[in-house]
Amino acid sequence: MPATKKKNVKKSNTIKLKFDTSWNYAPAPESKSAATIKKQYDLFINGEWVKPLSHKYFDTSDPANEEKLSEVAEANAADVDRAVKAARNAYEKVWKKMPAKERAKYIFRIARMVQERARELAIIESMDGGKPIRESRDFDIPTAANHFFYYAGWADKLDYAFPNRNTNPLGVAGQIIPWNFPLLMAAWKIAPALATGNTVVLKPAETTPLTALKLAEIIQESGLPEGVVNIVSGGGATGAAIVNHPDINKIAFTGSTEVGKLIQKSIAGTNKKITLELGGKAANIIFEDAPIDQAVEGVINGVYFNQGHVCCAGSRLYIQESVAPELIRKLRDRIETLIVGDPLDKNTDIGAINSKQQLDTIRRYLKIGKEEGYEMYESSCPLPAKGYWCRPTIFTDVAQSARIAQEEIFGPVLAILTFRTDDEVIQKANNTPYGLSAGVWTDKGSKIFNLTKRMRAGVIWANTFNKFDPSSPFGGYKESGFGREGGLHGLLPYVNLSH
Amino acid sequence: MEKEIKKSSLSVSENGIEKKISPKRLEVLKTYKIYIGGQFPRTESGRYYVAVNAAGKQLANVCLSSRKDFRDAVVSARNAFAGWSERAAFNRGQILYRMAEMLEGRKIQFTDELMQQDVPKAKAEKEVNLAIDRLIYYAGWCDKYQQVFSAVNPVATSHFNFSVPEPTGVVSIIAPQEDGLLGLISVVAPVIAGGNTCIVLASGSKPLCAVTFAEVINSSDVPGGVVNILTGKVSELSSWFVSHMDVNATIYCEKDSTVQKMMQDKAALNVKRVIFYDKINWNTDEGQSPYLIMDTQEIKTTWHPIEHIAGSGGGY
Repeated sequence: MPATKKKNVKKSNTIKLKFDTSWNYAPAPESKSAATIKKQYDLFINGEWVKPLSHKYFDTSDPANEEKLSEVAEANAADVDRAVKAARNAYEKVWKKMPAKERAKYIFRIARMVQERARELAIIESMDGGKPIRESRDFDIPTAANHFFYYAGWADKLDYAFPNRNTNPLGVAGQIIPWNFPLLMAAWKIAPALATGNTVVLKPAETTPLTALKLAEIIQESGLPEGVVNIVSGGGATGAAIVNHPDINKIAFTGSTEVGKLIQKSIAGTNKKITLELGGKAANIIFEDAPIDQAVEGVINGVYFNQGHVCCAGSRLYIQESVAPELIRKLRDRIETLIVGDPLDKNTDIGAINSKQQLDTIRRYLKIGKEEGYEMYESSCPLPAKGYWCRPTIFTDVAQSARIAQEEIFGPVLAILTFRTDDEVIQKANNTPYGLSAGVWTDKGSKIFNLTKRMRAGVIWANTFNKFDPSSPFGGYKESGFGREGGLHGLLPYVNLSH
Repeated sequence: MEKEIKKSSLSVSENGIEKKISPKRLEVLKTYKIYIGGQFPRTESGRYYVAVNAAGKQLANVCLSSRKDFRDAVVSARNAFAGWSERAAFNRGQILYRMAEMLEGRKIQFTDELMQQDVPKAKAEKEVNLAIDRLIYYAGWCDKYQQVFSAVNPVATSHFNFSVPEPTGVVSIIAPQEDGLLGLISVVAPVIAGGNTCIVLASGSKPLCAVTFAEVINSSDVPGGVVNILTGKVSELSSWFVSHMDVNATIYCEKDSTVQKMMQDKAALNVKRVIFYDKINWNTDEGQSPYLIMDTQEIKTTWHPIEHIAGSGGGY
């Protein structure tokens, strides 16, 4: 449905926001000196740093300048086995016997120490993953600390979470986390597992292992009994060794739907419990009665937050036809103002794409979008010479069947579609294999609840987007996975209930 | 009087600090004052009583708080209520945890005070440890009791209907007489964890820890007025605690049935909630529960229409 709509653009009565200014932002870089990164990291097993039996290390680099930051041990199956044995030993001998309120105090300690070292963690998060320091400083790290704090409190209160049942831990949890929110995902995984009395073998993502290894340092300093948390870095093979290890009782995975399906398949026939938090293609729906300027900000935050490396990103925008021209114009104006560049600069809105590989994926989708005939608009901002970058991009006049409207791109790319009726947009929004999140923008409360009821998604944001809280459950419907993380419901995947 | 002072006892280091405490050094005694609105005033009445231990040793002159002190404290508590109840529950949790941290750092002081008030050492240490753990227990509840006690109600009409607990307001508390520290913390923590503010009358016979605990509160980012601590006589103050028209609930922890009846009677003045904790053993886990938080909560139900325009939706 290309380019016939242009003529119909009505003259808008609203004032065009004037972003042009002679004022430029002076650089406001965060100092790297507040962070310590070792030259080499070993595996954290049984409370100690140990050399990998694989004898292999791999580099982790800064995607903003392609410079090597450190090298990290690559765990093979034998290393994973060592970690699982340590976790099993800690589970049987210490952790499951410990009074719940003492367990709680360890987790509270970890929360406090993450808070104490928040600045350092934020800097490393931005260096290793490319996300803007404003996001790592104001969102990732504090939310990670808060997750530990929140779940610490649950440890001795499980009887109230599951009335009329006894709660028992599962045993050893194998946890595999993604590269988009490295420390936060580690917290989402470790905190509820420990609170419910499980021990952990966690694998951080290959491109962003550093903050998880820093967390290992914190765990060591906290005096947590050895073996309760083990952190083994590595790639896909390391993950597979965790998934297939016979002495693991629970797999918690956050990542792509593709890998999630493989994991679900490979544990078939075992007694392993599993939670999957997978991909998404969230519909963000704007009705004509929505507060338009707020909605514009919500859309920008919804899709460009963390370079769009967000499984719940609002990457499919549905605009009611009557307000579409105005909204699209405002969105185009708004992305022109986004500052793309140095992740450590406090002015930066969009940092570096996490890896070369991910940048290639995004570029492939940009090409597909153009080839399928959709109108592409990208910000005209300059990009740094080195590193991996992508301008914030909008596709308009996108069809429901377009690949850029169906598949998860995981980058700063927004597909815009339009609709006329409630019925139509509900149909369109639900017409995807995913079901992680959705957004609704309208001034009418009764319409919000109509939509939240009909959306087949695990999290619905109304007149806001990308909000997270330790007390609020998060997770998907359909192929976005199952199980919830966060809140009271986030305890359930880590317990067996008995009479 | 000793005529000779040993040289070693006077020896000072180069910077003038004593190397060891001279036997001649006179101890500085603490003035035990009350705690209102984040300040440590003396009672406006100017009256005092002498706290003594079982052997009759004088421990301190303690404020004999008046009705006016109580009224001042209610004003402070009411003023603090909006800010405290509207804080993020998570933030209240952080502050209660901070109180536990501060108490942990002053364990020795509290153990010592309990011992002065005739508690044997082992028991005193246990009481202080329990008190710290109890604060942590309630720090954890601050952002969780709502999840346990709220409900989304499946009403038959097309409405989104939910019920959530909210703090009742200003709570007056007469703390347990027996456990000077643990009793006080056990009744105050659930009240403030739930977002209420309070005025608490400390144990009359064991008031020292209550006043010292005010110092813990004062250094834990608890806003002034959230907890107000008075010392004095139950017999003088209990009727004012329960008859004040700007107090929403009263907690009483003793078994005195005459006082209980008086309280139930006077509470009717403004339909105050009266809560008796006369059967709880604060020294066990029985002394802590989210139901104690719920005792000073109201339940608020909200109705909101759900539009039914589209016919489709659940199909996928």
